Amino acid sequence: MRRKIASPGVLLAVLVACRPAAFDPFPSGAEAAGWTKSRTRTFEASELWRYLNGDADRYLAAGIERTLTADYRHPQGAEAVVDVHVMSNGEAARRILESESAAGSQAIGVGEQGRSYGLSVIFRRERCLVRLTAYEDTAVARAALMELARAVDARLQRRRP
Amino acid sequence: MWPAPKTRREMLGGCLGLLGTQACGQGREQTGKPATAGQSAGPSRVVVAREPALRSGGSADSKRLAALLDRAMQAFFGVDKPVEAWRRVVRPGQVVGLKVNCLAGKGASTHPILAEIICERLQEAGIRARDILIWDRLSDDLESAGFRIATGRDRIRVMGNDLLGYEDELTTWGSAGSLLAKALTQISDAVINLPVLKDHGIVGVTLALKNLFGAVHNPNKYHPNAGDPYVADVYMLPPIRRKVRLAICDAIDGQYEGGPSYMPQWSWPFNGLLVARDPVALDRTGWQIIEEERARRGMKPLREVGREPRWIRTAARHGIGADDPNRIERIEV
Repeated sequence: MRRKIASPGVLLAVLVACRPAAFDPFPSGAEAAGWTKSRTRTFEASELWRYLNGDADRYLAAGIERTLTADYRHPQGAEAVVDVHVMSNGEAARRILESESAAGSQAIGVGEQGRSYGLSVIFRRERCLVRLTAYEDTAVARAALMELARAVDARLQRRRP
Repeated sequence: MWPAPKTRREMLGGCLGLLGTQACGQGREQTGKPATAGQSAGPSRVVVAREPALRSGGSADSKRLAALLDRAMQAFFGVDKPVEAWRRVVRPGQVVGLKVNCLAGKGASTHPILAEIICERLQEAGIRARDILIWDRLSDDLESAGFRIATGRDRIRVMGNDLLGYEDELTTWGSAGSLLAKALTQISDAVINLPVLKDHGIVGVTLALKNLFGAVHNPNKYHPNAGDPYVADVYMLPPIRRKVRLAICDAIDGQYEGGPSYMPQWSWPFNGLLVARDPVALDRTGWQIIEEERARRGMKPLREVGREPRWIRTAARHGIGADDPNRIERIEV
């Protein structure tokens, strides 16, 4: 009986299909109350200064693997940036979060620990530290930013780095 | 202690009281001369211009911002028309680089509208559009701050050092050793420095002196010891000293904590511009403004949190400018 041997092309397709999906913490518009994602970028630890020059050092000191960042636009005009810092462990994420002043913030039920300052939201989920920043100070932007934060958190619970 | 700032009326009165070509100090500097304010005998002038009604719907209104810039430039140079002020900074035929600060993206970067107004004023002073280059470290940073990359040679160019390139040879001074951006060394005859008014998590503040970190290939190497003496030493690199003519600090918004990244929770609307030839005097003045805001918000002074910008003093010792408040003439308009 003649044995069937899969062609290299088929093998490659199977391998690609079985490979874990690339970590993508950024929700689509359907997941995030209409926010649409535009540019996304990734900075490995050694290149983080290109994105956060001057601010990179404290992330490096705490232990960071990479930062993923995405720009978002809301249908009502608001713009936001979402930074997901993938730290070496949960303790490193906690250290960064707790090193920042909580004055003027309120605790939020997003992530394992989180705060909202209105136009800025920060939370941690396992070893990810997430910061969302909006640029227009309107009630719509503040509410929409929280929706976006929840959508990012939901993604992080489904897809781990 | 800081001497009480002068109002524009007092300043003009003082100028009118003097006769001769030295009246108004730096306002009588010759066209196109490099900034040497710290080495002159007189005080270093810093104009702090503010307009409480600057905003319209949350962002700066372009007409009011243009009027504020004109007021600041006229006060600094002691002239009646904005174009006269600009002619003291640049002359036709020169290529003028505007070194903006876009690291933090929208929110804590030089506002594109301010750069646009400066481009208009430069053209009114005889600079051709094609001789103006708006530049920063990375094109990505420029785009994040709201600038549109433009590379055509027949118009105002907007480009990052990633497109324009760096020199192949190191330039050194003291602790600094860097490849300098060609935007500074080869393209620009004169540079106008457009920093922002901002806290910095390592070096205390980032204003005029530190904005030139965007002219070197390795700024990440210069943050140890809270930036001292690196910030001062980088500014001593000869092309920087030779070409930077003026600093106009975008203080439409200020940030008193959490910098250099944009943190809206620690930003406040200052609604102003700071103008100086002397970057040390400007940084000393900007630092004071940030400390005042920190105090208003109940935050500790930078010295107490280990971030005093000692490099400002070092820059004064290098002869870049004046950090002694008694040698800084602060004019509020």
